[in-house]
Amino acid sequence: MTNFFLIFNNIFNDAPQPWQLGFQDSATPGFTGLVTLHNTIGFYLVVISFSVFWVLFSLVYYYSSKKNPIAHKYLTHGTVLELIWTITPALILIAIAFPSFRLLYLMDEVISPTLTIKVVGHQWYWSYEYSDFITDSGDSIDFDSYMIPESDLELGQFRLLDVDNKLIIPVDCHIRLIVTGSDVLHSFAVPSLGLKLDAVPGRLNQVSFLAERSGTFYGQCSEICGVWHGFMPIVVEAVSSPDFLVWIDSASS
Amino acid sequence: MSDLSSKYVLQTVGFDARFPNQNQTRNCFQNYTDYFKCISAKGEDYAPCKQFKKAYNSLCPNEWISKFDEQRENGTFPASLEP
Ligand SMILES: [Cu+2]
Repeated sequence: MTNFFLIFNNIFNDAPQPWQLGFQDSATPGFTGLVTLHNTIGFYLVVISFSVFWVLFSLVYYYSSKKNPIAHKYLTHGTVLELIWTITPALILIAIAFPSFRLLYLMDEVISPTLTIKVVGHQWYWSYEYSDFITDSGDSIDFDSYMIPESDLELGQFRLLDVDNKLIIPVDCHIRLIVTGSDVLHSFAVPSLGLKLDAVPGRLNQVSFLAERSGTFYGQCSEICGVWHGFMPIVVEAVSSPDFLVWIDSASS
Repeated sequence: MSDLSSKYVLQTVGFDARFPNQNQTRNCFQNYTDYFKCISAKGEDYAPCKQFKKAYNSLCPNEWISKFDEQRENGTFPASLEP
């Protein structure tokens, strides 16, 4: 599907836009699943809303005292009707729950990861650690990622969203994130990648994702964490794996 | 290019059936303890112990590792490291 759109040289929306109502474009199977679930349930929501309001307005209209002067004061109970309007919603809820749980457990699964990245939330910045490539001397690749202040922005950079050091990941690789906090609760969230995971001090949360295309994906801390909560954005840059190795090489030296 | 892909192998700790949940706190701690148990039993050069070291380095935040190291030195590490 992604390749189909690439033929027409589309520009993907990987950052929020002013007055945006819909989702950002998906870059992972997980987020594609979330959007599909949302749209499917949204469709049935419209169908159900129409039928409920149809019945409601019909009753008000046709059974008003002017049109229907006889009061059916002994018509107070209808077992069949009550069974229908109890069991039908229950079945609808089950029909929603099954695909929802299926997606939840699919996204929870960590499928043979090729890379583990540790994400630590601080007041008020994120820091990333790549320790799979640890050398014998024990040095791991780790760096802090701060928001670029408005005064330092260059043309084309996003206010309140761009950072000095991006989280670089290879495309088409299962990546495991280990998310934790160092002081208070934070939350690591990147909409295009379908990620939102609490960063809890003293606990390691795991999530896995696979970027299907290269790009720069923007996110923000999503758990109120203090005065500068709104100024600790996340930028994930997905590059091809050869380029990723070049970056790892430059970052480790 | 080829020298880069031999220098940096894209490989990490796999799935561990003891820790199937989102919470991986114990996975980090267990691998850290296992490594020091392993080297006190078999010596620091025993190659199979390296797997535990790789695992805890990939899973534990660096801040935690240095805190655990400190606790080991002070003898306040909250688990037995005897084999
Ligand atoms: Cu925060």
